[in-house]
Amino acid sequence: MEMFEEIKSFASTFFVTGDPLIYGADVAIVMTMLAIVFVLTYYKKWGWLWREWLTTVDHKKIGIMYLIASLLMLFRGGVDALLMRLQLAMPDVHFLHSEHYNAIFTTHGTIMILFMAMPMMFALFNIVVPLQIGARDVAYPFLNALSFWLFFFGAMLFNLSFVIGGSPDSGWLAYPPLSELSSSPGVGQNFYIWGIQISGIGSLATGINFLVTILKMRAPGMKLMQMPLFSWSVLSSCVMIIFAFPILTVTLALLFIDRFTGAHFFTLDGGGNPMMYVNLIWMWGHPEVYIVVIPAFGIYSEIVSTFSKKTIFGYKSMVFSMMIISVLSFFTWVHHFFTMGAGADVNTFFAISTMAIGIPTGVKVFNWLFTMFRGRIQMKQPMLWTLAFIPCFVVGGATGVMLAVAPADYQYHNSYFLIAHFHQVLIGGVVFGYLAGIYYWWPKMFGFKLDERLGKWGFWFWNIGFYVCFMPQYALGFMGMTRRVYTYGWDMGWAPLNFVSTVGAFLMGIGFIFQVWQIAYSIKHGERDLTGDPWNGRTLEWSIPSPAPLYNFAVLPQVNSMDAWWEKKQQMQQGEVKQEPVKLEPIHMPKNSAIPFVMSFFWFIAGFGFTFLWVWMAVAGLIGVGICLLVRSFQYDTDYYISVDEIRRTEKALGRAV
Amino acid sequence: MAQAHAAAHHDHPHDHHDQESLKIMGFWIFLVTDCILFASLFATYVVLRTHTAGGPAGHELFEVPGFVAETFILLTSSYTSGLATLAMHKGNTKALIGWLIVTALLGAAFIGLEISEFANMVHEGATIATSAFLSAFYTLVGTHGLHVSLGLVWMTAIMIQLARRGITPVTHRKVFTVTLYWHFLDVVWIFLFTVVYLMGVM
Repeated sequence: MEMFEEIKSFASTFFVTGDPLIYGADVAIVMTMLAIVFVLTYYKKWGWLWREWLTTVDHKKIGIMYLIASLLMLFRGGVDALLMRLQLAMPDVHFLHSEHYNAIFTTHGTIMILFMAMPMMFALFNIVVPLQIGARDVAYPFLNALSFWLFFFGAMLFNLSFVIGGSPDSGWLAYPPLSELSSSPGVGQNFYIWGIQISGIGSLATGINFLVTILKMRAPGMKLMQMPLFSWSVLSSCVMIIFAFPILTVTLALLFIDRFTGAHFFTLDGGGNPMMYVNLIWMWGHPEVYIVVIPAFGIYSEIVSTFSKKTIFGYKSMVFSMMIISVLSFFTWVHHFFTMGAGADVNTFFAISTMAIGIPTGVKVFNWLFTMFRGRIQMKQPMLWTLAFIPCFVVGGATGVMLAVAPADYQYHNSYFLIAHFHQVLIGGVVFGYLAGIYYWWPKMFGFKLDERLGKWGFWFWNIGFYVCFMPQYALGFMGMTRRVYTYGWDMGWAPLNFVSTVGAFLMGIGFIFQVWQIAYSIKHGERDLTGDPWNGRTLEWSIPSPAPLYNFAVLPQVNSMDAWWEKKQQMQQGEVKQEPVKLEPIHMPKNSAIPFVMSFFWFIAGFGFTFLWVWMAVAGLIGVGICLLVRSFQYDTDYYISVDEIRRTEKALGRAV
Repeated sequence: MAQAHAAAHHDHPHDHHDQESLKIMGFWIFLVTDCILFASLFATYVVLRTHTAGGPAGHELFEVPGFVAETFILLTSSYTSGLATLAMHKGNTKALIGWLIVTALLGAAFIGLEISEFANMVHEGATIATSAFLSAFYTLVGTHGLHVSLGLVWMTAIMIQLARRGITPVTHRKVFTVTLYWHFLDVVWIFLFTVVYLMGVM
């Protein structure tokens, strides 16, 4: 009897209870899992799942898995957003408790940046970069799979807090002392630390992987200054990842040491300094926002050039702008807390460095405009999103410069003006960019285009919804509404604008539904891409079939100029290309491996153990990780050759003469 | 088909060479990230080193003979790992494994000294929870110690592989990276020695 009581009391703290919304979610999660298990078993797909996906080291498949995971996270983060907007739609609403609201704004922010934007970006890295630079894989395919699974299990650990133990609720960057044990005694904050920590190791490895891939594995003849701009943007982003992510690792580790051992890094007593956490986390956090936006700039550059039928205007200035931004990004972090009171000289430095970022960014905007100037513009979906991005990002950038004025920032700080600003650059810049990229490269991934008509409905709902949602928030900021308030009174006068803003958020939600519908519809009815070059593209990824064969290029292309594929097409039209007999050679490929999946699972076990402070479980997980590393170290038979016969068969089946 | 096979065999050493040099480059970049990791910890330590909150300060805790001995042992192990590399270049597997064993033993001695130093400090009541200074001290020095300990496991694994397979392009690369890592930890220690211990006792 006593044991029963103990189990009951354990279960009531272990599982999140008491809220009908969460019980509903519990049921939905269990049903979905049962459905997945049933479908896999009924169609006998377990082996297929294991062989083709869970153990794959193919960058194209890893990219697709990143994409699926990031879209699911977009859904979850989006539901969080809609719940918040419902709560704020009218004054004195008690749809959510204040604690629940805190948890939701925390998970919304963390998920959208770390578990939506990052994996969506890595999806495009994986799918596009090797094809675009004429490589057969990334530099370290095994490490690439490991990065994905670390991200995946980190994200799962973070999301688990929703039903087990309780969600983190001290804001998306978890400032102490609120995130310390004294103010957040629950396990939610530990979920936050370990979910991000585990996926962060994966992100760091991806940064190293793609930097080396781009530097060392370009097609013969491709000079750096002939490389497509998306690959340049990935290079810039990877440099930032390499310098920024170790700081995040340290920051979260120190916070955990505080919570786990009673240390005093960021506590109010014992000589700790909470503002040091804020400095450290933004030394990662500010580069982080450029890490996600720079690849979006790369995407826009590709799309503008392709759909204007012109070479990009100012290629070199584009490259320099991106690299300058990646350096400057490390010198602006203090603008997130001018109100800390570091003094006029420090604030001035960071105000000026922040404004300086506007210069290379402005250069890029003008280059996109000049590329379109006198171009033959085609209004396809990727181009639509690119065109929507430019005004949106310019307004977001301008309000950013307003925020950069340190004395004025004392007025805007943590108000809805700030909320509107960063959503405008993150949605208008990052999300629009990745969506544009997904529409653009979708045929390369799956071999068919996404339906234009449904896509346009989605596009307009998203765009109109965006402005309806966020323009009122600028005004609300000036009217004194601060971020993270969970309700407000009628006397504040914020009701009408908040209501409008909520309507806008739901319009964006409808846009997302149209996109889901669009994908489902296009799987059956989408226009098939039989040529491998559906947009009349300019870069190497369009020279091979869609989807690309396992080895990407039967023969590595020889590159002599920018826009290599476009050049080749021009020469072919003029009959300048002689059909040389190609000499096929066996292709060296990495073997699939279960280790990335298993090792990341052990990380998950360790993270779960640390979260609940069950040291035995954490140690068991870490030992599992160590064993996986050793097993890998002793493996020597890790790759194989694809024979010439098989290449010939594959190419013939894809309709290519070799 | 026969031709294809011949070509495949012909390509093997070439591919291997490329693969190994790629991995070495990746390892260099990993070391850059590890540098940033230590830099963040050093910055934290420098900010907090005076925050003793009424607890003991560095000059009351650090014992000169102890950290000087640690320094000499670790520096010597870096030298012996260099001798291991030289033996590898001469193709002498036995000497290579021998020097790696010496290196690992010195590393283990270093870790032993560090653990006893930590244990003594805890015994005197200077724990990680005593003050911000001590939190930063244990974390910074402990992270280095953890790196050395992992290096020991890694080095042992490579010694076994060397004993089984001799010096091949793959084991050659592995010895190269583990010694690179070892030298890196040595450099980090020199900064620890200076910033933590020397500046602590002065």
